[in-house]
Amino acid sequence: MTGLLDLFGLAESAQLLSLSPPGWGGNLLRGLANSLQIALGAFGMGLIIGLFGAYGKLYGGPILRDLLAIYTTVIRAVPELVLILILYYVGTNLINKVAGSFGYGRVEISGIVAGIWVLGIVQGAYATEVLRGAIKAVPPGQIEAARSYGMPPFMTMRRVTIPAMMSFATPGLANLWLIATKDTALLAIVGFAELTLETRQAASSTRAYFTFFLAAGALYLMVTLCSGVIFGWIERWARRGQPSLREGRQ
Amino acid sequence: MTALKSLMKPHRLVLMALFAALVVWCAMSLRWDWIPAYAPLALEGLWTTIWILVVTSILGFALAVPLGLAQAVGPWYLSTPARIFCTVIRGTPLLLQIWLLYYGLGSLFPQFPWIRSSELWPYLRQAWPYAVLALTLSYAGYEGEVMRGAFSGVAKGQLEAAKAYGMPRLTMFRRIWLPQAVRNVLPTLGGETILQLKATPLVATITVLDIYAVSSRVRSDTFIVYEPLLLLALVYMAIAGVITLAFKRFEDRVPQRR
Repeated sequence: MTGLLDLFGLAESAQLLSLSPPGWGGNLLRGLANSLQIALGAFGMGLIIGLFGAYGKLYGGPILRDLLAIYTTVIRAVPELVLILILYYVGTNLINKVAGSFGYGRVEISGIVAGIWVLGIVQGAYATEVLRGAIKAVPPGQIEAARSYGMPPFMTMRRVTIPAMMSFATPGLANLWLIATKDTALLAIVGFAELTLETRQAASSTRAYFTFFLAAGALYLMVTLCSGVIFGWIERWARRGQPSLREGRQ
Repeated sequence: MTALKSLMKPHRLVLMALFAALVVWCAMSLRWDWIPAYAPLALEGLWTTIWILVVTSILGFALAVPLGLAQAVGPWYLSTPARIFCTVIRGTPLLLQIWLLYYGLGSLFPQFPWIRSSELWPYLRQAWPYAVLALTLSYAGYEGEVMRGAFSGVAKGQLEAAKAYGMPRLTMFRRIWLPQAVRNVLPTLGGETILQLKATPLVATITVLDIYAVSSRVRSDTFIVYEPLLLLALVYMAIAGVITLAFKRFEDRVPQRR
């Protein structure tokens, strides 16, 4: 193994990337863990916002519908980087004001929580649109059937709408998840210790820019490829019992 | 006329009144006195943002056409590299790509004397070539996927008809295949161009002075936080609106039979 590394002149890179302290591999992995944690949290929060947003847009009153339209339009028209800064400052300011009114001093907000809240609101706007389209694609007869059996709305949602829309929503949600993992990189600019920032620190202190950026790129790519496989399983599970598209077309 | 009518519903009037009150409150109680001092710089930044957006979109699209074609109909030795390129670009964050090019290549180039003495060196010392390269490759990666679908979506009979008339392959591509493919994905391309607009502020992290960089300079100079950011969001929304309108005009000019 070491001989092979020497052969390609990669011994130095391997040493820089090793997991124990002289190498920076541990830092990169810690950054990756933080990134994934933020991405998972933001994705989950986005799903919740998206579900309520989609129901509001489809079945809500005129005022709620207009407000949701403003939310999704504005969030999707402004760059994530600008939104992250705005939401970050608004969030910290609000929390400090609330803490101040209760007589506490300045509160330090953990990077992960702030990252989840900021990216979650951004994800929510996209998820609203994805889920709205998916819910609209459910044949209305199925929902009417549930209603005619006297199912309460929440049970209809849990038993009929969500399972029936899953197959329409998974491709869009898979895209959203990938956007979430890649958007965590933007948090580097606000100074969260996630993968991209760790990489930059490692790179600038060792001057081995290519090694670290390529390693980080490989880590992100690995996450993407694994997610692709997992979402493939989810999609197949969501489509179970449906005639496959290929058969249907013939 | 109908658009005006739909705006005149009572709840929308109340919402608009609330919004106007919010704008007036913003104008009165927030600080805007920094604007005159920074206006020339902001115009410069706006210009940078726009030209980077236009140049990278056009170059990226020019690169996406062969990428899409290679994936749609190319032999395996062309389609595999194209697919790998698209996967890698789409699978890694743009910020990382920009930093890899700027810091990586930027730290590599000075080691070679022949690059330092070449005529390109004055450009390679600046940040914007790296920004343009990174954004172009990113646009090409995403668009390559879109164009793959577009090229394979063109009805086969049209191409066969052109072939039957004895059209040369290049003419056929220029007159039938490309226009048909592009018109089918015009809405997608519009959306992707807005995504590209939203990617431009990342170039500020490698010292390119775009409109985002101007706002962060205002923030660090004057400690005014919200006002520059709000104005910045408005500017981006306005540019996104212009892009949407431009693509809508394109789409209206394309004959549709639906």
